Amino acid sequence: MSPTFTKAMARNIFYGGSLFFILVFLGLTFQTHRAWPELDNREAITEQVALGKRVWEENNCIGCHTLLGEGAYFAPELGNVYHRFGGSTEAIIGFIKSRPAEGIAGRRSMPQFNLSDEELAALAEFLKYAAGINTANWPPNIQG
Amino acid sequence: MQYASQAVAKPYFIAAIGLFVGQILFGLIMGLQYVVGDFLFPEIPFNVARMVHTNLLIVWLLFGFMGSAYYLVPEEAERELYSPKLALLMFWIFLIAGALTVLGYLLVPYAGLAQMTGNDLLPTMGREFLEQPTITKVGIVVVALAFLFNIGMTMLQGRKTAVSMVLLLGLVGLALLFLFAFYNPDNLAKDKYYWWWVVHLWVEGVWELILGGILAFVLIKVTGVDREVIEKWLYLIVAVTLITGILGTGHHFYWIGTPTYWQPVGSFFSALEPIPFFMMTLFAFNMVNQRRRNHPNRAAVLWALGTAVMAFLGAGVWGFLHTLSPVNYYTHGTQITAAHGHMAFYGAYVMIVLTMISYAMPLLRGRQAAESNRTQVLEMWSFWLMTVSMVFITLFLTAAGILQVYLQRMGDQPQPFMVVQDNIALFYWLREIAGLVFLVGLVLYIASFFIGRNDPEAAITQND
Repeated sequence: MSPTFTKAMARNIFYGGSLFFILVFLGLTFQTHRAWPELDNREAITEQVALGKRVWEENNCIGCHTLLGEGAYFAPELGNVYHRFGGSTEAIIGFIKSRPAEGIAGRRSMPQFNLSDEELAALAEFLKYAAGINTANWPPNIQG
Repeated sequence: MQYASQAVAKPYFIAAIGLFVGQILFGLIMGLQYVVGDFLFPEIPFNVARMVHTNLLIVWLLFGFMGSAYYLVPEEAERELYSPKLALLMFWIFLIAGALTVLGYLLVPYAGLAQMTGNDLLPTMGREFLEQPTITKVGIVVVALAFLFNIGMTMLQGRKTAVSMVLLLGLVGLALLFLFAFYNPDNLAKDKYYWWWVVHLWVEGVWELILGGILAFVLIKVTGVDREVIEKWLYLIVAVTLITGILGTGHHFYWIGTPTYWQPVGSFFSALEPIPFFMMTLFAFNMVNQRRRNHPNRAAVLWALGTAVMAFLGAGVWGFLHTLSPVNYYTHGTQITAAHGHMAFYGAYVMIVLTMISYAMPLLRGRQAAESNRTQVLEMWSFWLMTVSMVFITLFLTAAGILQVYLQRMGDQPQPFMVVQDNIALFYWLREIAGLVFLVGLVLYIASFFIGRNDPEAAITQND
């Protein structure tokens, strides 16, 4: 590098540039907060949905599935599972309940979590809420 | 080794390597579960194996970063570490907390672990990479604060260099951003938004400062190039890293209920994120070409150059591949992401820790500068086996990902997820075979610490 470009100049670019973009990032974050009420389906968040999110987390569902495309890639996307299952929370509950405890020979299988009826209903409501978030038309089709 | 207190780095490096082995074994279990779905079911279901695989990675890299800092900072500050005792105490706390957490994952159903550790009081569990019980997260914060205090006091009382400043800024950023792991709102869009403040701003932000600092330190040592030149490069690289990487966070805000302006913002800035990695490659090769001496530790030089190349390929090229929002619309949450994740973590963070270990471990074990030729040859074999097999793991996952995207999301007849998984199983088998080769490389790597110990040290040559 040319000797006219000094270490002090490089340092100033580092501190100045970083600070500037941190401020821009915070500004966009503020703007995102203002836009969220139109996008994040917050009116659907009930106590039951909050419990459903806890059930989702405390059984580590993200360890196999993706939710809005984030998570593990071992099992299907669940952000739109409510639609894929025909808009039925009952179908979601039925699927989770019917998983065999010993799995399926030679194949991937969801564990049997032995959830209570209350937990099952809450989890299904949580997935219904997630399906209502405005994701800019992602995923591309119903298969997730 | 110039200062006696640098020796505290040694247990950190040993623990890092031990946990690395665990990480790879669980990776192989998961890889097999991809094609033999009922392997170890229901004893170790996939989600548990994955949690152990990713959490061990994070923990061993943190051990590696801390060990690197304990070795590097005294030498840069030109004084003993502020408190070696505190460093050793934190080592044991971190190791025991980490071991208990992993045992908890393996021995207790996750919901039971959540209940035992009082997740209801402050729910933070069950989010990708942040699966640790809340109490473990508190432990991580305590260890990080004690570590930063120790490192900060050492620097404060000694020489302050650009290398140690950049490293410290990276480590402070790591600790501060981790605090967002405690924020877990019921609102899923918000939860995800701030989750990325930990995950993205770690690996595509402050961790790159740690990477740059360690790489600059090792290059100063092994090339003898003037510090002024190296530190100028370092400042410039980390400047471009944060200038592109902070707004580059936007590439995670395309499809999670966030405003659509994140699509152009995230696409533009994240498309520039390969630049600092390319600069790092130029930097490393330039410095080695301009070397003022031939360091006898050729293995360390190989790791340093390898880090620069593989970080550019894994984080830079494979990141760019799916970062533009029209592309990401199809690739989001597929094996393409997994392919990128593997080579980026290996190339950038695994390799920089192994670079530092390669440079420092001979000195920590009483050598003047390097291990014997026999030891180094073995270590270099392990470098090539692990690196080449990781390239193949990435290529096979990329092939699987392209097919998955086509069959599930782009073709005329989109197929269900599980049907597609069956159709691309061949590539998962090939990935598993490449993973076994990686394990062979790892075994050789560990063997290199025991073979050739009694041989004479590799010769020092001052000039070509």
